[in-house]
Amino acid sequence: MSEAVVPDNMMSPAVGGLYGEKAGGPVVDFSYVGIDAILEQMRRKAMKQGFELNIMVVGQSGLGKSTLMNTLFKSKVSRKSVLATGQEKIPKTIEIKSISHDIEEKGVRMKLTVIDTPGFGDQINNENCWQPIMKFINDQYEAYLQEEININRKKRIPDSRVHCCIYFIPPTGHSLRPLDVEFMRRLSKVVNIVPVIAKADTLTLEERDFFKKKIREDLRANGIDVYPQKEFDEDTEDRMINEKIREMIPFAVVGSDQEYQVNGRRLLGRKTKWGTIEVENIAHCEFAYLRDLLIRTHMQNIKDITSSIHYEMYRVRRLNENNTVVAHANGIPEHHLAAHEM
Amino acid sequence: MSQADKMKQGQFTNPETPGYVGFANLPNQVHRKSVKKGFEFTLMVVGESGLGKSTLINSLFLTDLYPERVIPGAAEKIERTVQIEASTVEIEERGVKLRLTVVDTPGYGDAINSQDCFSTIISYIDDQFERYLHDESGLNRRHIVDNRVHCCFYFISPLGHGLKPLDVQFMKAIHNKVNVVPVIAKADTLTLRERERLKRRILDEIDEHGIKIYHLPDAESDEDEDFKEQTRILKASIPFAVVGSNQQIEAKGKKVRGRLYPWGVVEVENPEHNDFLKLRTMLITHMQDLQEVTQDLHYENFRSERLKRGGRKGPEPEEMDKDMILQEKEAELRRMQEMIAKMQAQMQKQGDGEGDM
Repeated sequence: MSEAVVPDNMMSPAVGGLYGEKAGGPVVDFSYVGIDAILEQMRRKAMKQGFELNIMVVGQSGLGKSTLMNTLFKSKVSRKSVLATGQEKIPKTIEIKSISHDIEEKGVRMKLTVIDTPGFGDQINNENCWQPIMKFINDQYEAYLQEEININRKKRIPDSRVHCCIYFIPPTGHSLRPLDVEFMRRLSKVVNIVPVIAKADTLTLEERDFFKKKIREDLRANGIDVYPQKEFDEDTEDRMINEKIREMIPFAVVGSDQEYQVNGRRLLGRKTKWGTIEVENIAHCEFAYLRDLLIRTHMQNIKDITSSIHYEMYRVRRLNENNTVVAHANGIPEHHLAAHEM
Repeated sequence: MSQADKMKQGQFTNPETPGYVGFANLPNQVHRKSVKKGFEFTLMVVGESGLGKSTLINSLFLTDLYPERVIPGAAEKIERTVQIEASTVEIEERGVKLRLTVVDTPGYGDAINSQDCFSTIISYIDDQFERYLHDESGLNRRHIVDNRVHCCFYFISPLGHGLKPLDVQFMKAIHNKVNVVPVIAKADTLTLRERERLKRRILDEIDEHGIKIYHLPDAESDEDEDFKEQTRILKASIPFAVVGSNQQIEAKGKKVRGRLYPWGVVEVENPEHNDFLKLRTMLITHMQDLQEVTQDLHYENFRSERLKRGGRKGPEPEEMDKDMILQEKEAELRRMQEMIAKMQAQMQKQGDGEGDM
């Protein structure tokens, strides 16, 4: 029986560093290998590299998309804050506008890209208004694919794929509109969709519950799978957490970038004659749940699903379309491509 | 002078004032007659679904106009086209009867392609005018039912930054046919500042596109100051930002109609919270004026257009008309003959039956 030999200067895991000493003298754990130290290595590397997150916001004009983005990231990241604020005219066709920001918190750097879609759903005839958006998303996948199958490809491929699409539902209180159904049906197949009820301060709590139930029914009836998708739950723990989330979607959110004094504290909110709506108060609206989902708990999961499922589906489709063309262009016979899969 | 002459003199003079004829009593007679006859008013509500139109109508008239309402789900909405639903309700208050017809337009603006959603609405308005014209030109004009649309509340969504392209197109299509009163729905979405900004934006866009909305008439110079002030306030508040509700909520010790939120209560009848009271005042004090403008302006426009168009139809209109009239008369004669024959047959049968008994 041989035990792993642990040299004296390698201590049991400490939070600070791998080779740091625990207070009170060296303690040698004979069954400890040190595999879990990889977490710390990954953490250091990730801090150095930084993260990328691409969020797309889709919805009719006036639903508070820009304000919500500013509220989520507590800084002026939306298109409207960056450009000169003139008269906001509804554009005649749908435009796709991306704005990128580098934000930092506690040493963690993130390159946040907010993709705005002004003009969606504002025209009289909104047929096929999802096409420019689908095309944009597929173009990002295509760009990534082209980088990936290059012979001399970059060490870190710039990721411009849309990780998450937040769809803003107007708070009618009745049910989804035909436009909402059509859009979500098509796009839930290529990107993670997170539906939210915009400007939810127009609904009382009963109206909100009724509306959410109706929306969930409509989504189920039309076979629309929004994030977190049921089929991608990996294990029971995931499923439990995600079930709780699935019971709450769509989140009824209120956004604001103005602070008011409430009970001696300064809070983000909306002040009206009949009361002040606190954005981060979960008794008032569900903004906090949305923020936790998108940023604090599921951000990595969103990115993983985008790269390992949506992107892979696109890739398989593309490579099957022109399987010979692509392979020969790069001088690699087709069967070798499979070996290069990530 | 004989007794009869003296009495005759007494009939036409009031002992109180010399020279008093007595026609100052006419308004009272008109009043009594109209109260007996009752009033008719047709109100059309147009707007996307979910803007609170039905709730507002119920709140305004304190009734439940849609007791068995079923709101369709998303799948049914996809196949739906715009429909016209007219509900009539007889309201009575202090002996005055009002026959109120509310014309609802479900399906407006719901479809993905809303290109044609208002042709149904415009044909409805034209049909009512057509019917009135026909009745007016008919032989029996005693009981003309006035189903013409007197006023159209157009609901603007508070979520946007002003008017949407659909709003502009629709209002331009009907501003010459009906009195358009723009209303900002669900106004509790907006803070005071946002509300002012939106109202100004909407008024600017209405000017920019040349949309003719209904303008309240200025108060006459002989009205009292209060009324003049009220009219001034009403005119300054257009478009009205309203909140509707029929639920009673307990607020500050008293029961009010409102909406209960976790952060406060929006009171429907509080002028600081929204313009519901102003809208109601406007509707009630200007109901007569709305009817007049419909009659004098919109209906006359329609009528002159129609008659001009009717004249241009066919090469010799007068002869054609005569022929048509002859044909119609013959058809009527035939129908009456058939009826007489039927009645005769029935009487024969009865006669036989009685004979048997």
